[in-house]
Amino acid sequence: MYRYIIHRLVMALFTIVLISVLSFVIIQLPPGDYVNSYIAEQEASGALLSAEEAESLRDQYGLNQPVWVQYAKWISRVVRGDMGMSMEWNRPVTSLIGERMTLTIVLTLATVLLTWALALPIGVYSAVKQYSAFDYIFTFIGFIGLAVPNFLLALITMYFSYVWFDASIGGLFSPEHVSAPWSIARTWDLMKHLPVPALILATSGTAEVVRVMRANLLDELGKPYVTAARAKGLSDWQVIRRHPVRVALNPFVSTIGYILPYIVSGSIIVSLVLGLPTVGPLLLRALIAQDMFLAGAIVLLLGVLTVIGTFISDVLLMWLDPRVR
Amino acid sequence: MASIPVKQQPQELAVVAEKKVQSENQLRLTWRRFRKHRIALIGAGIIGCFYLVVAFAGFLAYSDPNVSEADRSLLPPQRIRFIDDGSFRPHVYGLSGARDPLTFKRVYVADPNVKLSVTLFARGFEYKLFGLIPTNIHLIGVDGAAAEESLFLLGTDLQGRDLFSRLIYATQVSMIIGLAGVAISLVLGMVLGGISGYYGGAVDTIIQRIIELLRSIPTIPLWMGIAAGLPRTWSVLQIYFAITIIISLLGWTTLARVVRGRFLSMRKDDFVLAAQVMGCGQMRIIFRHMMPSLVSHIIAMTTLALPSMIISETSLSFLGLGLRPPAISWGVLLQQGQNIQAIALTPWLLIPAIPVIVVVLAFNFLGDGLRDAADPYSKIGR
Repeated sequence: MYRYIIHRLVMALFTIVLISVLSFVIIQLPPGDYVNSYIAEQEASGALLSAEEAESLRDQYGLNQPVWVQYAKWISRVVRGDMGMSMEWNRPVTSLIGERMTLTIVLTLATVLLTWALALPIGVYSAVKQYSAFDYIFTFIGFIGLAVPNFLLALITMYFSYVWFDASIGGLFSPEHVSAPWSIARTWDLMKHLPVPALILATSGTAEVVRVMRANLLDELGKPYVTAARAKGLSDWQVIRRHPVRVALNPFVSTIGYILPYIVSGSIIVSLVLGLPTVGPLLLRALIAQDMFLAGAIVLLLGVLTVIGTFISDVLLMWLDPRVR
Repeated sequence: MASIPVKQQPQELAVVAEKKVQSENQLRLTWRRFRKHRIALIGAGIIGCFYLVVAFAGFLAYSDPNVSEADRSLLPPQRIRFIDDGSFRPHVYGLSGARDPLTFKRVYVADPNVKLSVTLFARGFEYKLFGLIPTNIHLIGVDGAAAEESLFLLGTDLQGRDLFSRLIYATQVSMIIGLAGVAISLVLGMVLGGISGYYGGAVDTIIQRIIELLRSIPTIPLWMGIAAGLPRTWSVLQIYFAITIIISLLGWTTLARVVRGRFLSMRKDDFVLAAQVMGCGQMRIIFRHMMPSLVSHIIAMTTLALPSMIISETSLSFLGLGLRPPAISWGVLLQQGQNIQAIALTPWLLIPAIPVIVVVLAFNFLGDGLRDAADPYSKIGR
């Protein structure tokens, strides 16, 4: 059992290291560096930078050293909790990302929970009442959920909420709470704004889990132990709840592994469309401005969080289902 | 030396003949199962229509997609009237635009006295059919006026370009990019998945770890990173090519997994063993013996992979990191409908979302049908 955990842990660490390299390489990809785009920006607003100034800027940010030295410096600081300075905002990356990262995590968790809350009853119902009208309806909705990209769903939802309710569903806070310090009122406000984006993000994941859940439960329902339990006089509902559903629950935990990267990816685009204060819009801006410490930190953090989430789900799965060990 | 070909010839003939019967049989079986899948057939029909649009884009579009005119900015979709004085004569009203003095919004007024009749096979802008035959005949056009100035079936965008014609050209680009992306990831997936499954051992472990790694990373930030790295100075064609490669780079993992799984289970099958005993080379075993039994499955997987390619391109272009104007794709068109003002005031800019959803659904239905048809055991598991 411990061997399994250790194996998974080593894999996770390895993945994190590679993600860090990948995110750094990606940030290095754009031709030119931050100083180039800074100069272009200055020129656009009329100010001219001398070659010496540009050079000293490069020195200041260590842009003259070889790539691997830059990487080593960056990663050693990151490990100590210092993500560097955002060159565009002139503020520590940590302070820029802080709240946005928290909100991203909150949104992701809410999405996972919502996925489960929706998928469990629908999956069980679809399996138990196979080929019923609702089974077909859910299957069809599921198909659409899988097919429609998140950001389109967000756009369409925004359109209809405007047409029908004359209300904008963008943002995670009401105007009076946007920059207020954390308080109970603000948390409550966040809770009120979460469901719509979470629902948009949860559709495709839900469709996926319902599919797996339905198939698993259908397999389990035909097994002899179910008949045995029924023969012992348990009511239909009790039989299903106590026995096959428990076995079929595995996908809930095991699918986190591949739903999580999906949700995180989706949350970035959906955040852009809905104007949510998560890391998504910040990442896009940073990439366009080639603000590499900021972009690198965001890609790295998103990757690491995803790996941690997957690792937790692996351990949970092992605890839940001894067969995995 | 001379005796060898004589000996081998009848044998080889027999093998070829036997194969033919068998492959025909399987194909027919698959087709029979597939035919029962009504919804998959509908999907196939829809996709067929979309590829017809791709082939005849220039013919179907009636306006030059790049002709812009500020005086026609954000024109709402226009109505075609079919009946004129009790007789069938399709026509549209002439439009005149003016600025609302209060809101500064452009308002367009249809003039019922100016009737422009819509005709079939009208002459319009020059294009090349299939990229070869220069012509200027379009499916529809307006009699006595340039289509660019009078016909706006789906309205116009901010620059006053006709949305319908742009949508037709966007369909061409987006559908082809999806196909090209799938082709690349198919090659990657088959080669790496095949090697992984056939050889097993350390090679397998390494390839599987790479796949696991790629799958555990949130892909959008990664794509955004790579796409943002493309030089701004690149031409439309270079960007087009680069985006295709980017979306295929991360799409091959699913295919590789499927191919590997099949190979692993097939490796110990009797017919592979027989081929090995007969002294076939490894490449011959893989491509001549193992691949054919995978073909139908691979076709199904490819069909299922296509929509994610199309969505990837659309998302990237939508973010402004994929294809950039003057290139036209669904994502590029949707970019104009990104904000709440656009949604509220000019909802027709969201029309390009419809073909995206329809085509993705159709591919999913078709792929599901193909997968069920290709898998002879599909009915047992359910």
